[in-house]
Amino acid sequence: MTAILSSDPMLPLPFRIERVKRELSDTFTLELRPEAGGRFAFAPGQFNMLYVFGVGEVPISISGDPADDSVLVHTIRSVGTVTRAMGELEAGNAIGVRGPYGTGWPVESAFGDDLVIIAGGVGLAPLRPAIYQALAQREKFGKVLILYGARTPEDILFKKELEKWRGRFDVDVLVTVDRATGRWGGTVGVVTNLINRGGFDHMHTTALVCGPEVMMRYAVQALEKRGVATDKIHLSVERNMKCGVGTCGHCQWGPHVTCRDGPVFRYRDVAALVPIWEL
Amino acid sequence: MVRTEGLGRVIDEHPFFQGIDGKLRAVLAGCATNQRVEAGDYLFRQGAPAEHFYLLRRGKIAIEIHAPARPPIIVETVVEDDIVGWSWLVPPYRWAFDARAMELTRLIALDAVCLRRKMEEDAELGFEVMRRFVPVIAHRLDSTRLQVLDLYGPPPGAGGRA
Amino acid sequence: MPSIGAKVVFDASELDRLIAVLHQQGMQVLGPKVEDAAVVYAPLDSAAELPTGWTDRSEAGTYRLSRTADNSPASFGYTLGVQGWKRVLYPPRQKLFHAERAGSGFRVLREHDPAQPMAFLGVRGCELAAIRVQDAVFDSHGFSESGYLGRRRQSLIIAVECSHAAETCFCASAEAGPAVGAGADIVLNEIVKDGIARYVAEARTERGLAVLAHLAVEPATSDEIDIAHRQPQDAARQQTRSLDPDAAGVLARNLESPRWAQVAQRCLTCGNCTMVCPTCYCTTVEDVTDLSGNHAERWRRWDSCFTIDYSYIHGGSVRNETASRYRQWITHKLSTWHSQFGTSGCVGCGRCIAWCPVGIDITEEVRAIREAEQGR
Repeated sequence: MTAILSSDPMLPLPFRIERVKRELSDTFTLELRPEAGGRFAFAPGQFNMLYVFGVGEVPISISGDPADDSVLVHTIRSVGTVTRAMGELEAGNAIGVRGPYGTGWPVESAFGDDLVIIAGGVGLAPLRPAIYQALAQREKFGKVLILYGARTPEDILFKKELEKWRGRFDVDVLVTVDRATGRWGGTVGVVTNLINRGGFDHMHTTALVCGPEVMMRYAVQALEKRGVATDKIHLSVERNMKCGVGTCGHCQWGPHVTCRDGPVFRYRDVAALVPIWEL
Repeated sequence: MVRTEGLGRVIDEHPFFQGIDGKLRAVLAGCATNQRVEAGDYLFRQGAPAEHFYLLRRGKIAIEIHAPARPPIIVETVVEDDIVGWSWLVPPYRWAFDARAMELTRLIALDAVCLRRKMEEDAELGFEVMRRFVPVIAHRLDSTRLQVLDLYGPPPGAGGRA
Repeated sequence: MPSIGAKVVFDASELDRLIAVLHQQGMQVLGPKVEDAAVVYAPLDSAAELPTGWTDRSEAGTYRLSRTADNSPASFGYTLGVQGWKRVLYPPRQKLFHAERAGSGFRVLREHDPAQPMAFLGVRGCELAAIRVQDAVFDSHGFSESGYLGRRRQSLIIAVECSHAAETCFCASAEAGPAVGAGADIVLNEIVKDGIARYVAEARTERGLAVLAHLAVEPATSDEIDIAHRQPQDAARQQTRSLDPDAAGVLARNLESPRWAQVAQRCLTCGNCTMVCPTCYCTTVEDVTDLSGNHAERWRRWDSCFTIDYSYIHGGSVRNETASRYRQWITHKLSTWHSQFGTSGCVGCGRCIAWCPVGIDITEEVRAIREAEQGR
């Protein structure tokens, strides 16, 4: 993947915030353009290390369209000091970017398969680039299913886009929430129930899963129960990262260095590690 | 009144009754009726006697809790091929929640009173029914536990560095 | 005139000239000194600063420096300095960049690191092996740590082979010593005979040769060559500890061994082991600003996988328990290092055993896990 040329992998490149979009009460999207001009190419699933001047740096997945290399899009949830500081930035401010790093979703190697995309909460953000890429070549896949679980109807991320994808005749979008008030007309229940409903040919399915680790575990279980092969299931894993380039040691998971061997992993390659606590 | 023959086939086709034996099939077919609930109507209300259980054929049911001074909370939605209701198996046989049709819903209603009596009389039949219901209840419990975890909620102790 | 590979010998009095030559060639000389009741590697001005007549005792949870009973003329009679050479090759604090506000944005400026070339005097076999391990760590998988590699390329390495082993040493079973392997510019063997110290020397590179050429040397006698050859072998024989040759496999198979809970009862997660280990390389970053908020700096500093925040992700740490942190350290060092870098991460220097306040022995832990696996 070609990143903007930085003379040094440890130096953030300043990007200008073009637009800030509030998505949910604690989640926002930044659209960025490099100060020095140029394009930013990435693979769906990759992340950048985003730097807030004087505050700190965190790994955030890219959530934009890989076909549009003129703008860099990140969707961020405020969960700590740096991400909260990011949430206070406005259009015109600058953010430092290092990347893109990591492995991507294997969208193109899923050609010919049914593509099942399973997202939970803000996990839809790292999957959105994969959805864009897949829908741009829709004819290459069998069925395309997007299964999304959120906390409540008010926490559905990218709601308008989900509605737009659902409005297509060639995409199945199923959304569920953990709880809702009576005003909600959709499904209430865990996202694994959506997997259990099927609608895809387990023998020719590639599944991309992203969300809280507990949710991913159960989702993978449900996929396996339906007969999807473990080498066709991919998940995106989160770990503490200080460098993004495999040198600080923090993101290790067993033998894997998450910033480099992940964050997208083939389930088969990590199945033995998943049940081991605190690895 | 619907032909028993027709309902027997519906029972055969419903996933809940996979591999059912002839005796139970006959009993169930005998206790079954077709039912339809309009969107917005309640299939049953919390506290009412649980005299049926339902096989959902088409539509969507919201399992709800009603609390004063706030809109009802949906804890689960049940869709086609699901089973609705196990309160009929557990004394005092009263519904624990409300069940509201979110859209026009067609179900097969099975007479719980009749079935309970037959289960008391025939232990083998009783076991066969229990054997099919326990996994349904277990699955609902697992799902509920995951929902209770509030996995998509703010991370615990969020306030650290990231 | 010596040549590469030829064994020559010089007197202890030449050590001063050696240091002077290195200074003349523009290098800072770092070597062993006694400081804070320990041998540390620090800048040397002359041979008088070497720990001549000092020796050390290194055991589980114990490190003691003492003068030799017979007032030995040996300058390298200790076994190891407290920390290896990573302290100078990959310093504990490094400034990565500074940034300045510019308009509504900011500018990032690289730190220039015009470090003076260094000469290391007194590098042990295990320490050179550790440097080789870190050479792989800092230049692999498409990432090159330019600071480390720059300093490394400029460094001149004068190794001194061990003639004896401490109780904590196990480099022989770790296949990292005592004999000095690849990467040295000059290899020395200190021979003490009749109260006099002499040095058998061998240049292994042109650069080493260029230094040796300035010293008053004679061809080494076959006797001296023989002693020089035997000394590291003696050191190997003295080693009482040994690392399981399949430590990697044992650990990989036993990630849920009951032994982890056992070691956790003793481990304080103080991180001493990671601080003294010559191959540990984990770091963290600190972003700071000045009071005006207009100038920011990012610093990289050594970190330890034993700290509670090391694995922190929004809300908590992945590795909360002492057991899981100890497991991370030892399995990375002895097992997963292989899949990441193609070698073991451990050189058998034994520092982790000596400097652990409770004397946890990495070789013993592997043995215990193997025994637990076998049901013993």
